[in-house]
Amino acid sequence: MRTQTSSLRSKDLLGIEPLTPEEITLILDTAEGFKEVSERPVKKVPALRGQLVINLFMEASTRTRVSFEIAEKRLSADTLNFTASGSSVEKGETLIDTAENLMAMHPDMIVIRHKHPGSPKMLADRLPASVINAGDGAHEHPTQALLDAFTIRERLGRLQGVNVSMIGDIAHSRVVRSNIHLLTKMGAHVTLAAPPTLIPAEIERMGVRVVGSLDEALEGADVVMMLRIQLERQGKLSLPSLREYYNTFGLTPERLRRAREGVLVMHPGPMNRGVEIASDVADGPYSVILEQVTNGVAVRMAVLYLLAGGHLAE
Amino acid sequence: MNVKKRLLDRARMQRAIRRMAIEVVERNRGIDDLIIVGIRSRGVPIGERMAREIEQMEGVPVPFGILDITLYRDDLTTIAPQPVVKPTKLPEPIDDKVVVLVDDVLYTGRTVRSALDALIDFGRPKRVMLAVLIDRGHRELPIHADVIGKTVPTDADEVIKVKLEETDGEDEVLIMEK
Repeated sequence: MRTQTSSLRSKDLLGIEPLTPEEITLILDTAEGFKEVSERPVKKVPALRGQLVINLFMEASTRTRVSFEIAEKRLSADTLNFTASGSSVEKGETLIDTAENLMAMHPDMIVIRHKHPGSPKMLADRLPASVINAGDGAHEHPTQALLDAFTIRERLGRLQGVNVSMIGDIAHSRVVRSNIHLLTKMGAHVTLAAPPTLIPAEIERMGVRVVGSLDEALEGADVVMMLRIQLERQGKLSLPSLREYYNTFGLTPERLRRAREGVLVMHPGPMNRGVEIASDVADGPYSVILEQVTNGVAVRMAVLYLLAGGHLAE
Repeated sequence: MNVKKRLLDRARMQRAIRRMAIEVVERNRGIDDLIIVGIRSRGVPIGERMAREIEQMEGVPVPFGILDITLYRDDLTTIAPQPVVKPTKLPEPIDDKVVVLVDDVLYTGRTVRSALDALIDFGRPKRVMLAVLIDRGHRELPIHADVIGKTVPTDADEVIKVKLEETDGEDEVLIMEK
């Protein structure tokens, strides 16, 4: 019988910011063990048998919701999906009331996606269940950063000293925020590039380098993360045109040659082909975009598993 | 904890594992369809050594795999913190094979119960055998070993400590008192 002393300190995963490098490493190491489960003939283990996980998605999401749901099912948890449309939320119920009503059904964990930053924390402070942030406004998206880190570590063998460049809508991206927290904690070097209107003032204070052009960002990069231009925000985005964006910040095979040999091209999805990334790059030999999706399930299984333990110990 | 007695030293452990390997081959009348599967963590080096002994005897390598039973434990929700999960690695499909599960100590039988559940999720073996270095009694489930290195009657308050070169830097088995 083995016992391991390291565990997560909190009952919740609200963001990367409060995590220690040791906790991040624990999650990534645990995810390695879970990756193999998805390759078995019977893709299911009984670890969370009898536990109820509620997926509370108050904002549109396909990839993250599906990924969490697969992770929950592969751990044998019971799952309940709750979305804003078609629910009492449309009738004007507040988030707290919704959550307290759900809590009366005794869930062990709640996975929440919400457009307002801080909503997961509000629930976590009030409810005994473990709360996992699946994206809150422009604040954090911790499991996305963890799966990105898992993919980098698996491919390059380390995070320490890796040069990661993120390009695109830095200002509105919770993925960037979580990734910056994670990568800087783990000793990676982060470079950001975007049109000036999409870069928040004083972002350098998070320990990152900001450059003015895509070419500068690609120079010497081990990893290039392209961010989605949020087309639904068109008009609020302060971009002259998508064509111009593609010409200045779109990742093409020619431009990618400036990066290091064996560079990893990543994208959190969904992609806008021909806006931030050329199809030849998205489907090209350096792309690990679909690996990110596969790894997302393993990482979310690890988070659910680790929180289930820490939570019940209390 | 005090050391009460040294049950096996290096040489005696080596002989015990060799004997276990011979017994596995004899009981199967050869090594056809055989897969040795070590249960993490100390079942792994013992299983590897058995596989090496069999290869030396028979002149052909025997497939070896590793089973992680963490996610199948019946005490998963009551122990904290959670034990670290590591991958299970089986060398080939186990359908219609003779799987020899290997562990260091057989005690309550709960680890073996978990291992059987884990194994069945990978396929339907023709037969599953259990080989353990030490059988110390005090079973809580109806489980027995087919191949045993050494049977040791123990009191419930005693602890069997198996040390292996690969994991602990030396080969010995100690019986300790709480």
